[in-house]
This record gives sequence, C-alpha cells and structure tokens, in this order.
Amino acid sequence: MSALADDVSGYLKGRARWSPLEIAFWVFAFASIWLFPGKHLILTETAILGLFALSLDLILGYAGILSLGQAAFFGLAGYCAGLLAKYGLITEPVLALLVSGVAAAALGLVTSFLVLRGSDLTRLMVTLGVSLMLGELANRYSNITGGADGLQGVTVEPILGRFRFDLYGHNGYVYSLIVLFVCFLIARRVIYSPFGLSLRSIKGNALRAAAVGIPVKWRLVAIYTLSAFFAGIAGALLTQTTAFCSLDVFSIDRSADLLLVLIIGGTGYLYGGLIGAVIYKFLQDWIATLTPQYWQFWIGLVLVVIVLIGRERFEGWISGARLGAARFAGRLVSRPAAVSATPDRR
Amino acid sequence: MAILETKGLEKRFGGIVATHDVSLSVEKGARHALIGPNGAGKTTIINLLTGVLKPTAGTITLDGRDITALEPHQRVRLGMARTFQINQLFLDLTPLEHIGLAVSERLGSGADWWRLVGSKSAVTEEIVEIVERFRLADVMHVRTAILPYGKQRLLEIALAFACRPHVLLLDEPAAGVPEAERHDLLATIAALPDEVTVLLIEHDMDLVFSFADRISVLVNGSLFVDGAPEDVARDPRVKAVYLGEEADA
Repeated sequence: MSALADDVSGYLKGRARWSPLEIAFWVFAFASIWLFPGKHLILTETAILGLFALSLDLILGYAGILSLGQAAFFGLAGYCAGLLAKYGLITEPVLALLVSGVAAAALGLVTSFLVLRGSDLTRLMVTLGVSLMLGELANRYSNITGGADGLQGVTVEPILGRFRFDLYGHNGYVYSLIVLFVCFLIARRVIYSPFGLSLRSIKGNALRAAAVGIPVKWRLVAIYTLSAFFAGIAGALLTQTTAFCSLDVFSIDRSADLLLVLIIGGTGYLYGGLIGAVIYKFLQDWIATLTPQYWQFWIGLVLVVIVLIGRERFEGWISGARLGAARFAGRLVSRPAAVSATPDRR
Repeated sequence: MAILETKGLEKRFGGIVATHDVSLSVEKGARHALIGPNGAGKTTIINLLTGVLKPTAGTITLDGRDITALEPHQRVRLGMARTFQINQLFLDLTPLEHIGLAVSERLGSGADWWRLVGSKSAVTEEIVEIVERFRLADVMHVRTAILPYGKQRLLEIALAFACRPHVLLLDEPAAGVPEAERHDLLATIAALPDEVTVLLIEHDMDLVFSFADRISVLVNGSLFVDGAPEDVARDPRVKAVYLGEEADA
C-alpha cells in the first residue's frame, strides 16, 4: 500500500522534474550573454517575443483558449510603462514593470468574462475586438499616448538604481532574460500544480471537468488573467528596453505573429513559444538581410509549408532520417545480417 | 427518507417536451433503476439532475436542499456525481491524474497553483485507495486514450466515485463493454458501498433486476410506473411498452 502511495506521488511529482534538455536550454540562454555580445539587441527582442508567446501558450496550449487579442495587454502595459517613466511616477524599472503587468492583468480579468462565452471563433473575434478598441482609444487620446508619433521623451532610469540601459542593449538584454526566466519559472510551477492539471482537464473535456467538481469558469478566468499579466510584462519590457512606445504595440500583426511563433514552436509544453520566438526572429533577420523588401513573403512561405506538412510529419522525418542513418551504418558494418532481416520485416 | 427528489420537473426543447412533470424520489441508500425505451428521456433527466441542463419548470432537492439553480460543479461538491453513457474522459491524462483531479477538488486543493501535483499526502492516500478499489493500479500510468474499453468504463465509474458522492448516477455503465470485461465491471458496481445511493440508468434488464431494489419506468418523458422490481415486472402496462418491445427486438 505505501509502496503504491510512493509510486503515485513519485510519478505525479516526476512530471515536474527538470530534464537535462531543459537545463541545457537555459544554460545556453544565459551563456548567450557572453557568447553573442554583438547580438544583444535582437536577442532582447527575441526574449520579449518569447515571453509574449509564453503568455499565449498558457491559455492556448493549456486551457484551449484561442486568442487574437494578446496585443491588447501587451500594448496597455507598454503604454503604462512608458507613461510611468515619462512622467516620473515610478522611476525604478522593476517596480514599473510589475505595476504595468498588474494593469494588464486587471484588463485581462475584466475582459475574461467576455472571452469565456461561446466557441473558438467567438473568442477569436472578441479578443481581436478588444485589442482593436484599445488601439483606437490610444489613437484617439493622442494627447496622452502621442498618437501616431508614438510616446516621446521616455527616459528609463537605471534598473534597481544601478544598471543603466546602455546603447548596445547589454544591460537591457540581461534584464529581459532574467525577467523571462522568472516568468517562465512561475509558469512552469503553475503548470505542474493541481491548478495546472485542472486546466489540462478543462482543455480535454470541459463537460467532464465540471462533473468532477471543477469550477471551469473560474479556472479559465484565473489563467486568462495570468496570461494577460505575462503579456503585459512583455509589453512593458519592450517600452523599457527601447525607451519608446507607439500605436504599433496594439496592432493585429503582433497578435498574429504570436500565433505564428506558436505554430513554429508548438503549444502545450512551455518551450514552444521560446523556441518559436528564436526561430522566428532569426529567420526574419536572416531573410531581411537577403531580401529587405519582401521578407514577409518568405515568412509566409515558411508558415504555409509548416502547416501543410504538419509538424508531426516533420518531426517524423527527422527521427526517420536518424533511424535510416543508423540502419545504413548498421548495414555497412554487418551486411549479411541486414539481408536476412529484410524478408522478416515484410 | 428521500435523498434526491424532483417535483414537477419539466424540460422543453422548443416545441418538444423531453421531460414532462417528473416527480421522482430516490431513497437514501437505495439501488434505484430508471428504465425506459429509447428516447424516453432518461439521459435528459440525468442532465437535469446534474445541472448540465436547466429545467423549464420544477425543482430538484438533494438532501433537503434546493439545488435547481446550482452549477454542475456545485452539485458535485454537495455530493452528487455521475458517469456518462459515452465515455467522457481526459484522453491525454493517465487514470492516476483523473483520480487525482477529483480527489484534489473534493479536498479543496484543486486550485492550489504553487504546490506541485502529488505533494499532498492526504490526496495521495485517497488516490491509492480508489485505484485499488477499482483495480486500476496496473494501468494507472497509461495514457487513457490507449486503455482497453472495459478499463475506460471502469475509470468512468472510478472518477465519479472519487468525488465521494452520497448519490451516484450511473448512465448505462455496462454499455458496449465486451463480454470478457463485463464481469469485472458488474462486480465493481455490485461492490459499491451501501451508504452510497445509486441511481442506475440501464437498458440491460438482467443488470437492472439483479441490482435494483426500486425501479422507475420512464415513457415519452413521463414517469409511467414506480415501484419494487417484482411489481414492475408484473405490471402489464410495463410489459406492453417496455418489456414487450425488448422481447420483439
């Protein structure tokens, strides 16, 4: 009996254990600070995009909420951070970051009740609508937001009063990476908690989840709010690292890019957004240097190819190629065995 | 004493009356069966009782408390759980995770977001107890999607049981289970603790008459006959509408 209990608790907890691959991922991420000092600006953008994508993965990959409106939270917090810095309301960046994230979370909490109604398509439209409205509001109140010119005159004070945002983005990158890592740790913890398990059950079968006593609506409200918080942190980071904020933070492109990133990286395992962001950013950077005007054509092509082929098949090819190579190597070593094995397989 | 009671329960879908003036009373500790021909509205009644559907008129009381307006998850907390006619499981989760969900929720730690799954010993102990009772230990780490159908059926009941219900609603628990796996399932149902009241919806007359101590017959959305199994079996009207139909089929 107690052996079974140990098995049960060990198995459940084992899910949350760090795998060597995960550790390697983060070691490499932090090593990039020293490995690629010349790439810190694009790496900062990547970290921010990764965090932003993580926020969508939390609701899409774990709760099954499809959203085209993450830019609403990104933008709100982006402007919030900008205004806090511009008017010197909160000058310390870390505190301003948290406050901006909380503002986005508040918006998430309020709008979650709209999103919980209806099906995927309704959600897609409602989330899109909310971010369009916010974008238009920011445009209308240009006396506050700077309108089409963007928010001018933002000066961000040193982080914790010590680390100044430098021109090459070194400190900005370290800051962004640490924020990303902390947010990731929180997300990871949440995903492997009983709350996270209940989210997965809701995504799997909301009818049954309610039938085992899970308050489906409240769980979705909670994760949507947390997702809005993370999206807000990402938006505020962008403002702080660029000392600028424009209407573009609310654009549909931004929300759509996010879906692209998750399609590239995959959903529901937390790293999809991060890996997708790295691939997306560097692909974009690489294509843009080849053909500066038409880079979106190639991004579009990559997207079409990925979706048509299907990531599973793609992964299948990779493992198939690996298997084939191993088999080929094996055949080179022992030819007769391979020949005799062929009829058995068929 | 009635633990679950409906008064004048009515459900209309547009012009169709799926449930008409049903006043059902399930005694505490009973083994109560609800039978009726196809389309009689049995599953609609289960959906009304559990809150998946809201009645057009009438009231439902559980343990003397009016639950008509409560959400499905609130009714589970008050001690009523159900199984589904067609499996409603979480295909990507393991049986262990299924049971863990229900147990955590009942013990009030389902919303804990900072604690790891499996780190609370009260939850673990209860999971173990249920996994053993339903003989799921050998498959508890297997993804549910690839479990044999009989095991999935068993998990369906185990998951409802993990909510520790006072009243358990079983919606055709043996439906579609192959003969070889059937015995296990029936034994499990027979071994449910006496203090748990069971309302069974079933097509299989052998199972109904071997299990139930009270039978209600539903025809066209209305309660037709309600009584002890011997009386129901003897009732000529029941023979005509229900058992007769069975014999023809």
